[in-house]
Amino acid sequence: MVTRTVHESDRTDTDLTDTDLTGARSASGAVLEVTGLAVEYVTDGDPVRACADVTFTLRRGEILGVAGESGSGKSTLITALTRLQRPPAVTTAGSIVFHPRDGGPAVDLVTASPRTLRALRWTSLSIVLQSAMDALNPVMRLGAQFADVLRTHDRSLSRDAAWTRAAELLATVGISGDRVRSYPHELSGGMRQRASIALALACRPELVVMDEPTTAVDVVMQRQILAQVLRLRRTLGFAVVFVTHDLSLLLELADRIAIMYAGRVVELGTAQEIYDEPRHPYTRGLRDSFPPLRAPLRRLTGIPGTPPDLRRPPSGCPFHPRCAARFDGCDTHLPGLVAAGGHAVACRLHDPAATGRPADTGQQDRAARPDRTAGPEGGAR
Amino acid sequence: MTATTVPATSAPGTTVPEAPVLEAVDVTKHFAVRSAVGARSVVRAVEGGTLALHRGRVVALVGESGSGKTTLARLLAGFYAPTSGEIRLEGTPVRRRRGRVERGYHRDVQLIFQDPFGSLNPLHRVRHNLERPLRLHHAVRGRAELDRRVRELLERVALTPVEQYVDKFPHELSGGQRQRVVIARALAVEPKVLLGDEPISMLDVSIRLEMLNLLDRLRSEDGLALLYITHDIASARYLCDDIVVMYAGEMVEGGPKEQVIAAPQHPYTRLLVESSPDPGRGARDREALFDADADSLGEPPSLIDPPAGCRFHPRCPFAMDVCRTQAPPRTDLGGGRWARCWLHPEGRAGELDRPGTDAGTDAGPVAEHATDRTTQENQ
Repeated sequence: MVTRTVHESDRTDTDLTDTDLTGARSASGAVLEVTGLAVEYVTDGDPVRACADVTFTLRRGEILGVAGESGSGKSTLITALTRLQRPPAVTTAGSIVFHPRDGGPAVDLVTASPRTLRALRWTSLSIVLQSAMDALNPVMRLGAQFADVLRTHDRSLSRDAAWTRAAELLATVGISGDRVRSYPHELSGGMRQRASIALALACRPELVVMDEPTTAVDVVMQRQILAQVLRLRRTLGFAVVFVTHDLSLLLELADRIAIMYAGRVVELGTAQEIYDEPRHPYTRGLRDSFPPLRAPLRRLTGIPGTPPDLRRPPSGCPFHPRCAARFDGCDTHLPGLVAAGGHAVACRLHDPAATGRPADTGQQDRAARPDRTAGPEGGAR
Repeated sequence: MTATTVPATSAPGTTVPEAPVLEAVDVTKHFAVRSAVGARSVVRAVEGGTLALHRGRVVALVGESGSGKTTLARLLAGFYAPTSGEIRLEGTPVRRRRGRVERGYHRDVQLIFQDPFGSLNPLHRVRHNLERPLRLHHAVRGRAELDRRVRELLERVALTPVEQYVDKFPHELSGGQRQRVVIARALAVEPKVLLGDEPISMLDVSIRLEMLNLLDRLRSEDGLALLYITHDIASARYLCDDIVVMYAGEMVEGGPKEQVIAAPQHPYTRLLVESSPDPGRGARDREALFDADADSLGEPPSLIDPPAGCRFHPRCPFAMDVCRTQAPPRTDLGGGRWARCWLHPEGRAGELDRPGTDAGTDAGPVAEHATDRTTQENQ
């Protein structure tokens, strides 16, 4: 167990838990409360901190998007949330409190016993993985895999009833019921992914974690799959944590979006806020890394530099080596996630104490937008 | 500043006076495959592919995976021999000897692969990887001359300071840097044509644009002819001049990029554009966007036994009887645009402009679903 630095834990406690960061004040509105989560990879040398200080609340029925580049800790976060992590990954701090729908006692998933977890899996918490081919058992017919899940969690269900239910579940994602007798390799990639979504929803969970579920399929199929997820969510009311590197997709899909960089949540706000007024320079850079499909084209520059190596994270704000808006102290002070009206950001541009002027949004926005007004490379030829 | 359009393109739709540098004329590529039980069958990967690349212009080839984009790139690069049709380099049909193109061909046409992790020899330093094409194709000998050329190449792809990169092994570089080395290596032979097969799809989002800007610079400063293969229609729009859309091994539509994206003249192009994420569309429209009649959109057909007639007809909302039996002819729509769809010869092209049946482009359902959502959130 590695001790956290002093000011990190200070930040977590003072800035986040007490403020109305998410708008979900009462525990009844929240399905998952993550507080100060840290995940480390134990290595021969110093541990690599892949997730640090992750705090957010997921409301019932909400779609929370988690966006970040490779190495930003988003997959680590997912395996920690679902307790699917394997050594050398270790959760070293924080809590993940799950509130069951029926008003039962809240469960901290970090410390829950295997027995408790086993009861929660599928019925309360399920996961859809990126590669459906790896998630489905290649030597079992689809129906058998569904029956396996259904009958484990409902002992009274007969074999025939389970297979019938499997066919119904497949039908909800647009796969004809007679495919229950198919093996995974007999389905197309899109159908496999839809089948694994149906499987994740088989026991009507309250929370579904989706790890880049549409990265391996084409855009047309992607839209089709997401349409089905949204439609099922409307009828079943589950909450979704949707992880992807494709921010442009999240902007259309998610209710709120958390932007991760170097293992930390650097900004958290509604999809509209993230698109219209991103506050963190990284978020802005990421947003501007997606060329528009219809809006007038302008020269975009992406974000110079490369994501940091978490074995040797930069001092201070992890984004400062790539940040065009950095100023004195960014290389030594690590900003915490500070909320203002539900929109939280971890950037010293938005910290009155650091900038030495009152927290005026307009001013900060101007200061934070060098690429728009006087950017070094903003101009096109 | 924001109004500046990105690539220094010539006016869209104008006819290009120059002859194409590289063109594919009605090329077809079939692969013979054998199933586990020994039955032989033929995969019709590309049928009737016609494409012309001009100096200083970028053509984007978009389509789903399995639509034949990569096969066409490999035909153009000379890695595959076409089953029928021909590839012409500066007007001259490419000759093959014992199945292979002459080495000189690769001096003019270079292919950049998708995976920068797999396309550099991991046992050799950047320097060796770059010196090899210089020695083989330009007979550059002499340490000083090689050093000068390698330095020049790295500077062209903005891997500076050169000293920092030239003696590294590929595994010591990031994905973006590696892809730059791959591009530098392709440039080493001083090609006239660069074929990029999804050159940015393996890179991190934040560095993709730098790569697109680099390709754009090579096109405008060095006058390379560029083929940009991608499934991301938004990045195609950012970089290219013309778009060609492929579906199930066939080219279905082509023309100047803005016109193709703004007013698709083939139902498949329309489906592709409507399915692509567009951050500018706004989060408010979500339910309408995703509330498509999703089950009816179908999937691309098998290329072993493609549908008769138009290959898109099983998924097409406009399908007519003729679509099921006869392949549609290519219709020239003027201004460099063309489409291969029966709606045009049948005079029904106007129906393409109407709001889609498969994706909510009209405002009607938006309000309705917005209400649904509110109700649900209040529960």
